[in-house]
Amino acid sequence: MAGENQTVSEYIVHHLTNLTYGKLPAGYERYDGSIIGDGGAWVMAHGGAEAADMGFTAIHVDSMAWSIGLGIVFSWLFYSVAKKASSGVPSGLGSAVEMIVQFVDNTVRDTFHGRNPLIAPLSLTIFVWIFLMNLMDLVPVDIVPELMMLLGVEYHKIVPSTDPNITFGMAIGVLILILYYSIKVKGFGFARELAMNPFNHPLFIPVNLFMEIVGLLAKPFSLALRLFGNMYAGEMIFILIAALFSAGVAWMAPAGILQIGWAIFHILVITLQAFIFMVLTIVYLSMAHEDH
Amino acid sequence: MNINLTLIGQVIAFFGFVWFCMKFVWPPIIAAMQEREKKIADGLAAADRASHDLELAQEKALERLKEAKHEAAGIVDSANKRASQIVEEAKTAAVTEAERVKTAARSEIEQETNRAREALRSQVAVLSLAGAEKVLGATIDQDAHADLVNKLAAEL
Repeated sequence: MAGENQTVSEYIVHHLTNLTYGKLPAGYERYDGSIIGDGGAWVMAHGGAEAADMGFTAIHVDSMAWSIGLGIVFSWLFYSVAKKASSGVPSGLGSAVEMIVQFVDNTVRDTFHGRNPLIAPLSLTIFVWIFLMNLMDLVPVDIVPELMMLLGVEYHKIVPSTDPNITFGMAIGVLILILYYSIKVKGFGFARELAMNPFNHPLFIPVNLFMEIVGLLAKPFSLALRLFGNMYAGEMIFILIAALFSAGVAWMAPAGILQIGWAIFHILVITLQAFIFMVLTIVYLSMAHEDH
Repeated sequence: MNINLTLIGQVIAFFGFVWFCMKFVWPPIIAAMQEREKKIADGLAAADRASHDLELAQEKALERLKEAKHEAAGIVDSANKRASQIVEEAKTAAVTEAERVKTAARSEIEQETNRAREALRSQVAVLSLAGAEKVLGATIDQDAHADLVNKLAAEL
């Protein structure tokens, strides 16, 4: 909840600021008036302005930690099942994991017609990992930041998929795979596809190249922005509802109802977004495997 | 919302987790699932076969039952026949025996009658002689009238 000496907009901005560790340039005046010495310095950013001034040489510690942490949760969970996997009667966690695996396997079979041992595990990783990252959205927005505040950490965002770095990072991973398989499967045909589509005439090569490259880049952009947009908007609404609690005792009940309603709706959204990211990845990679 | 090194970090993490999943997670799970699928398919096939066998066995049992019934009916039939034959034989034997007993009785009666007649005859001779003696008041010559008396006795 918004602190006593915090305005609502300050509260919202605080919730949307990542814990950033980065390099400030030499001669930069920090929030407390100190000046960074020669060669710059790696420091924990204090506030959004400093984080922005760090430019590219910074890292969102919270996003990275939660993203990798949830990735480890996924890997550990599924690995513990995989170790014990047998053809006997499945039970408990085993059947839950197998249900997800079966679901992903069916989706891949329906969409991807080539033979590639990477696609199915890739899809499983994307689906479960993004689902877990999105799931963090359902943790009440104040719990983890407040706890971190008590530990002396000023900023903390626990939903990695509301950080465009994370969503674009995965989308770039997918783009790399698209390019790799396009070149591997089609070879020179891939270059011809870029140059000679949709107008099959040498005069149109520049136009074709431009259009095809935009089309190619649109794939990771759409993946990343869709996930980011949905999760960011959802998180924003959770923050607004949380801010509503501070508006007075009379607002408690409606805010509570809104909170529950939005959380229930969001269960659908987080699953759907993870699923869409997975399916589109499969579709894009399937296109990369198709030789005309 | 700045784009920074986090992006690169996430790309690396992405490939790391995908690699881990592809190497250690996916193959054993999918292998176990496929093996189970095969097991279940085998089990279903075995069940099908077993039910088919059962059907055959039932058919065979039914056939056997019918055969046995038929046989039993034959046995009962022949037993009945035999029984009536025995009864018939016994009846015949009884009739013969009765006949025999009857004949024996009859011959005995005849003998008895003959003996009685014989006795009577001898006594008639004596009585008639005594009667005649009394009537005539004289002695009858035994030798002279023996023929006459014996003729009389033979007529009785």
